[in-house]
Amino acid sequence: MARVAMRSLNKKYDEVHAVIDVNLDIHDQEFVVLVGPSGCGKTTTLRMVAGLESITSGHISIDEKIVNELPPMDRDIAMVFQNYALYPHMSVYDNMAFGLKMRKFDKPEIATRVREAAEILGIQQLLHRKPRQLSGGQRQRVALGRAIVRHPQVFLFDEPLSNLDAKLRVQMRVELKKLHERLGTTAIYVTHDQVEAMTLGDRVVVMKDGLVQQVGDPMELYNEPANRFVAGFIGSPAMNFIDVRLTGENGGLWAESEGMRIKVPAPLTERLGPHAGKATTLGVRPEDLRIAGDGDDQDLCFPATVEVVERLGSEILLDVAVGPATMVASVEPTATAKVHEVLRLAVNPARVHFFDNETEAAI
Amino acid sequence: MIEGAPWRRWVFFYVPVTGFVVALLFPFYWMIITTVRPDKELYRPWNAPNYAPFWTTHPTLEHITDLLTTTLFSTWMLNTMIISLAATAISLFCGLLAGYALSRLKFPFAGAIGTGIFITYLVPQTLLFIPLSDIIRNFKLGDSPWALILTYPTFLIPFCTWLLMGYFKSIPKELEECARIDGAPRWKAMLYIIFPVAIPGILSAGIFAFTLSWNEFIYALVFLSSPEQKTVPVGVTSELVRGDVFFWGELMAGALLGSIPVAFVYSFFVEYYVSGITGSVKG
Repeated sequence: MARVAMRSLNKKYDEVHAVIDVNLDIHDQEFVVLVGPSGCGKTTTLRMVAGLESITSGHISIDEKIVNELPPMDRDIAMVFQNYALYPHMSVYDNMAFGLKMRKFDKPEIATRVREAAEILGIQQLLHRKPRQLSGGQRQRVALGRAIVRHPQVFLFDEPLSNLDAKLRVQMRVELKKLHERLGTTAIYVTHDQVEAMTLGDRVVVMKDGLVQQVGDPMELYNEPANRFVAGFIGSPAMNFIDVRLTGENGGLWAESEGMRIKVPAPLTERLGPHAGKATTLGVRPEDLRIAGDGDDQDLCFPATVEVVERLGSEILLDVAVGPATMVASVEPTATAKVHEVLRLAVNPARVHFFDNETEAAI
Repeated sequence: MIEGAPWRRWVFFYVPVTGFVVALLFPFYWMIITTVRPDKELYRPWNAPNYAPFWTTHPTLEHITDLLTTTLFSTWMLNTMIISLAATAISLFCGLLAGYALSRLKFPFAGAIGTGIFITYLVPQTLLFIPLSDIIRNFKLGDSPWALILTYPTFLIPFCTWLLMGYFKSIPKELEECARIDGAPRWKAMLYIIFPVAIPGILSAGIFAFTLSWNEFIYALVFLSSPEQKTVPVGVTSELVRGDVFFWGELMAGALLGSIPVAFVYSFFVEYYVSGITGSVKG
C-alpha cells in the first residue's frame, strides 16, 4: 500500500518534450487513470514511475521515498502491458512464479501465492499451459495474475484492455474494478479510452501534448471541464461546440451565432461579462439538448434542421444543422423526428459551458 | 498457388521446380556415383563403346577404404570438427552479447558500431588473408588449429551479430521490461527470458557459423601447411590432386564424407532454422 507523488516531472527526448511539469499526488489505495490521445505523454509518465524511462527533471516518490535512481526491480511495483508480455517459453505457473523466484521466495510460498492469485482470477485449470495456448482474455488474466502474486505496493497498467474485443473489454473492465476493490492496492492506469477512464478511475488525469489538462473525479470532469479539450474528450457522443459572439442587450447577455441566439443563463452572466462583444465558444452536451416543448423558455430555444437520425434503442441521436454548424442532440427514444424536419431544440441552462477562444479555458 | 488450367501449373510450377531440383541435386549424384565407380570405369575414354558416365554396374567401396586408410582423412575430419566447433562457440558467444547490446541498449554511436561491424563482414577474405597471415606469423600461430579458431571469428562474429541483432529486435521489449520489473537484473532478464525466446535465432546463427567454418578454404589453405593439421576441404584438394593427377574416386569420397556432418546438422535443426531466419515471436 503506498502513495505515489510526482513533482515537476519532465521528460525530454532529443526533439520532443514528452512530459511537461507533471505534478500529481496519488493517495494510498486510489485508482488513478491517465487518459489522453496517443502521444500525450501518459505512457511515458507511467514508464517513468516504473523506472523503464529515465527522468529528465523533477522527481517521483513512492511512499515518501524518492525512486528516481532506483532500478525497476527495487521499486516494488508490478506492471501489466498492452501486449501482456507473457514469457512465451514458460507455462502459466512459471510466468506467475517468475517474479517470486527472482525474489528468492521459497517454493511452498510461491505455490501458495500462485494458487491464490489463480483462484482470484479463475485460471486454476490453465496453470500448466503455455501462453500461446490461451485466448486473449485468458492471457490478460495471466498477466494480471503475474502482477498480483507479488503483492506489490503499486500496480501500473498500460492500456491492458486495448487488445481485447469490445465485449471482453467491458467484462474485464468490471473485473478489474472488482479486483481493485478486493486488493485495495494503489493503481495507475493508462488508457486512451475515455469510457474506461470514467468507469475505472477514482480520479482521472486528462493529458494532452505532455501537459496535465485537468485532474478530478469522473463526474467533475464531465460536469465542470476545465477547458475545451477536456470537454470534448470526456463524454460520448462528444460535446457540441459552436462559435458564438456575446452581446449585451436589455440587461441580459446573449450568445449569438448564425442561426442561433440564446440567452446566457443568469448564473453565468457575471463571469461572462468581461467577454461581452468577444468571440467565444459555446459548449453543450448532446444529452443537454432536447426537443423544445410549449413550456420551454423561448430564450433558450433555437431552430435546427435534422440531417441524420441514429436510433440507438435507449436514445435517439439527431445530427442537426444549426446555421452553418452541426450539432448532435440525444433525445428520448419516443421522439418522432424525421430527416429534413425543422425542429426547435431547447438547451438545459444549468449545463451550458463557455470557453475562451484564445486560451480554450472554461469561462 | 498457380491458378487456371492444368497446363499452366505444369509450365509455371512443376517443370521449373523439377529443373531446379535436378540442377541442385546433380552434383551430389555425381559425387556419389564417382565415389562408388571403380577406377577402370572412371578413366575409360568417353568414346569407348561401353562408356556410361551416369551409372555403374560394379559399385565398389574401395575409394572410401582407400581414403580412410591411406590418407589422413580422419585426422582432417577431426581437425575440421574441432576448429568449426571452437570457432562457432566463440562467435556465438560474442555475437549474442554484441547483438543484444546493439539491439537493446542505448549508448553513444550504437548505430555506427553496428554498421562498422557489418562493413567488416563485407571485406572479402581474399583480401583479408594477407594482413591476417602477417598477424598469424607474428603471434607464431601458423600451422596450428589456433590459426583458424582465432581467425574464423573475424567473419563469423559480424555475421552472428547481425543475424541475432535482427532476431532480438523482433522480440517485444516488454518481455524484458516485465522481467526487470518482476525483479530480474538485466543480465538475468537476458539469460532467463531473452535467450530462451531467441533459441531459433541462436540455432540458425550457430548452424550458419558452423557451416561457414566447415567449408572455409582460403584461410585454411594459407595458414596451415603440414598434412596432419589440414581441414577437410584443403586436405582433400591438396593431398588428392598430385601434380596433374586427380584421384577422382578418393576426391569425391572425401567430398561426400565431408558434407555429411553439415547435412546432418541442417536436417536436424531445419525447423528451428527456418523460423530463425523468417519468423519472430508471438506472445
